[in-house]
Amino acid sequence: MTEELLRRTFEVLGRDFENAGETSTEVTAILKDLEIDPDIILRVGIVMFEAEMNVVMYAKKGTMTFILTDEEIAVDVADEGPGIPDIDLAMQRGYSTASDEMREMGFGYGLGLPNIKKNSDAFVLASEVGKGTRLHSSIRLDSNG
Amino acid sequence: MRLDAIRDLLQCEVLVGAHLADLEVDTAIASDAMSAVLASPHPRALMVTGLANIQSVRTALIAYVPAIVYVRGSRPEEVTIRLAREKNIVLLSTPMGMFDSCGLLHGHGIKGAT
Repeated sequence: MTEELLRRTFEVLGRDFENAGETSTEVTAILKDLEIDPDIILRVGIVMFEAEMNVVMYAKKGTMTFILTDEEIAVDVADEGPGIPDIDLAMQRGYSTASDEMREMGFGYGLGLPNIKKNSDAFVLASEVGKGTRLHSSIRLDSNG
Repeated sequence: MRLDAIRDLLQCEVLVGAHLADLEVDTAIASDAMSAVLASPHPRALMVTGLANIQSVRTALIAYVPAIVYVRGSRPEEVTIRLAREKNIVLLSTPMGMFDSCGLLHGHGIKGAT
């Protein structure tokens, strides 16, 4: 049976560009302290950072939950935001609805969701327009990309 | 290539550089889009960017990038410099543009991290 070793939930505020990315760097620091494989930490970091930036750029607020078990690392993100009308389109590399202001922050180039999927062993994205978006990503500890 | 040699080559101002002489890089990735850096992460690569906000340093932390060269004379705010110092990320600022910076680095043996 899978054993849960660590669970942390973080609040992320929309438009909070100054602190955007802090949660992700904090989680990767925890994983480094736990001596998790650096390749796994890299993938978790990319998943969390891109997801965190999406919440900051598009949503009013969101939560990011990080769960470490003896088998995998799971990241669950739920936001209150505009939602994604067409998930297939949003998953296309290069497709973006970002503003110039978002691009000036270095994000919003239509690479975030593809980057998250590429680094996930399991990936689920669900959204309701006008309500928000939920994302689940998991990375197996015995996988190496 | 040692980072102190890169500093001289690109005529950089050193913003954070405690371990400058100890660090060597042989690959680099150049972009103002942090998602592009995260799309082809190459641990121990040099990041060359015109994006001088705090996300550049956070991206470096996530992607195991040991050093950033800011082009076009860009330089981050003090809070970003402080974070880089705390996390031992070298920050350099060159007056040169992205194209010339990359051309010089490539000419001195630095390969693209893709």
